[in-house]
Amino acid sequence: MKIKSQKDFFAGLMFMGVGVAFAWGATTYNVGNGARMGPGYFPLMLGILLALIGSLITFKATVVETVDGEKIGTWAWKPLFFILAANFAFGILLGGLPSIGVPAMGLIVGIYALTFIASLAGNEFHAKSVFVLATVLAAGSYVAFVWALKLQFPVWPSFISG
Amino acid sequence: MELFDNLALGFGVAFTFQNLIYCFVGCLLGTLIGVLPGIGPVATIAMLLPATYALPPVAALIMLAGIYYGAQYGGSTTAILVNLPGESSSVVTVIDGYQMARKGRAGPALAAAGLGSFFAGCVGTLILAAFAPPLTEVAFKFGPAEYFSLMVLGLIGAVVLASGSLLKAVAMIVLGLLMGLVGTDVNSGVARFSFDIPELTDGIGFVTIAMGVFGYGEIIANLSRPDDEREVFTAKVEGLFPTRDDFKRMIPAVLRGTALGSALGILPGGGALLAAFAAYTVEKKTKLKPGEVPFGQGNIRGVAAPEAANNAGAQTSFIPLLTLGIPPNAVMALMVGAMTIHNIQPGPQVMTSNPELFWGLIASMWIGNAMLIILNLPLIGIWIKLLTVPYRWLYPSIVLFCAVGVYSTNNNTFDVWMVGAFGLIGYIFYKLGTEPAPLLLGFILGPMMEENLRRALLLSRGDWSVFVTRPLSAGLLAAAALLLIIVLLPAVKNKREEAFVEE
Repeated sequence: MKIKSQKDFFAGLMFMGVGVAFAWGATTYNVGNGARMGPGYFPLMLGILLALIGSLITFKATVVETVDGEKIGTWAWKPLFFILAANFAFGILLGGLPSIGVPAMGLIVGIYALTFIASLAGNEFHAKSVFVLATVLAAGSYVAFVWALKLQFPVWPSFISG
Repeated sequence: MELFDNLALGFGVAFTFQNLIYCFVGCLLGTLIGVLPGIGPVATIAMLLPATYALPPVAALIMLAGIYYGAQYGGSTTAILVNLPGESSSVVTVIDGYQMARKGRAGPALAAAGLGSFFAGCVGTLILAAFAPPLTEVAFKFGPAEYFSLMVLGLIGAVVLASGSLLKAVAMIVLGLLMGLVGTDVNSGVARFSFDIPELTDGIGFVTIAMGVFGYGEIIANLSRPDDEREVFTAKVEGLFPTRDDFKRMIPAVLRGTALGSALGILPGGGALLAAFAAYTVEKKTKLKPGEVPFGQGNIRGVAAPEAANNAGAQTSFIPLLTLGIPPNAVMALMVGAMTIHNIQPGPQVMTSNPELFWGLIASMWIGNAMLIILNLPLIGIWIKLLTVPYRWLYPSIVLFCAVGVYSTNNNTFDVWMVGAFGLIGYIFYKLGTEPAPLLLGFILGPMMEENLRRALLLSRGDWSVFVTRPLSAGLLAAAALLLIIVLLPAVKNKREEAFVEE
């Protein structure tokens, strides 16, 4: 068996996996019947449907010729890691994570951390201009979200504001 | 005339100082993200949703709608001056618009796009005002079986008319439907697929999905591509006004584009992108007049028609949302979310229970279009400056707005973890070549579909034939089947792939 379209092959596998997982999960709830549907009925149907479509996509990927094999290509680990890391760092710093003993550092610290980590994802990194950008974003966010829109944020670290 | 009374009510609402300001802010933001490549209306509307919590519902919807149609104006500026579509719906404007700019005719190209969009926007708004009331009448005859069939038609239409692999798009819809079911089942109170996580019993927030997949996913995908060469025509754009010859060619093209765009916008799955493609294809088919520049080398019709069409389509795609409560595309799916946040159940009853919202929104679109033409033509210089902002400043800001946005929806860091997870999922979708837009549609419709299916089958005592014995429902299902058959015919299939190949 030769894979004719790598993208489709794995996309199909993904759909199959997710479909089976949902269908299997649905059977743990009351399925019921058509006239009296339980909470498991609709997800079971959809899960099976998704698994079927997934297998069809995978099957097609091994049969139908494509020009370039539709390779998935290399994964962009660097942007993937830094963008997600920036997001998680922001979340941890903003609200704190008591389970690992990180206190809430608030919005402003979070914005600086997010901007620096996210900037590492690109090809160029100039610490000075990133610092300027972070300062602009921190000031702008304070004015827009805290002052104008009055959204509820922990703005400063909890050990300062109490 | 009832229509005029209604419009008068609408203008009364839209012309209040507060609503004018929000309309302006929406249009301004829309133009901004339209001009900037790499961020679209879906991510922007998702980002701004939490910020609209504190606003009255009319103001919130006026602003969010402004972002969508404003983006259609802004997208053309980038297409003409940078050879990059600022917005996916201006993909075809790039072809002739950029050639015009290279020949020193950037001014007339921008004017053609702006004036065409303005005209189309006005017509689209009028169509919306005229057709919405009769359609709501029809919608009141709908029972659960009809609603279920209508949603099937809507979802099928959404994939048939979209680009890319049909099967994968259908799979994405089903995946979206499944994800929409996560959380507490309204009928039995059972928390489904929540893994005993308390936050998940409320379901996955659609803002989280939209921002993760469309915000983070896109950023990661953009950064993984090598920097593309950007040649910005920042030099002075001179002679904004088209010549008399330009006008002669533009006007019929704009009319055709508007008609086509208005019609395609109403269809499920339609909207701005499809309208622009179709309009360009039609223009290319018409005969060239003597002395006219061929298409692909800077023909003004190739700018005017798709720009008129995408704006008309953006306007009329509000019709299914406002009359039936069914979102025809991903942006409208977000609007459903926005309405639910403000405790408005989208559907035919909106017009009777919230007339000031319904007509105010429509009137604001007309005002918004007038604002946009001023924003985009005399103030073009500002937007040109914006194009020189490097992406490395832009994307950290987008990441920040996404993170702040999801956090503020529930003031809970759990949503921040979720948006990160969906960012990863979005990148996987990108690598596997699966379109995420149908997923969002399915996600919004999932609970509605289950509810209507359940009710329909409860009424029929479990008899599935109810969907084909009720004439309206049968008609809708037949239309869905017909769409699928047409698109699977070999001749049409090849044409469809051809039409989207320029993307």
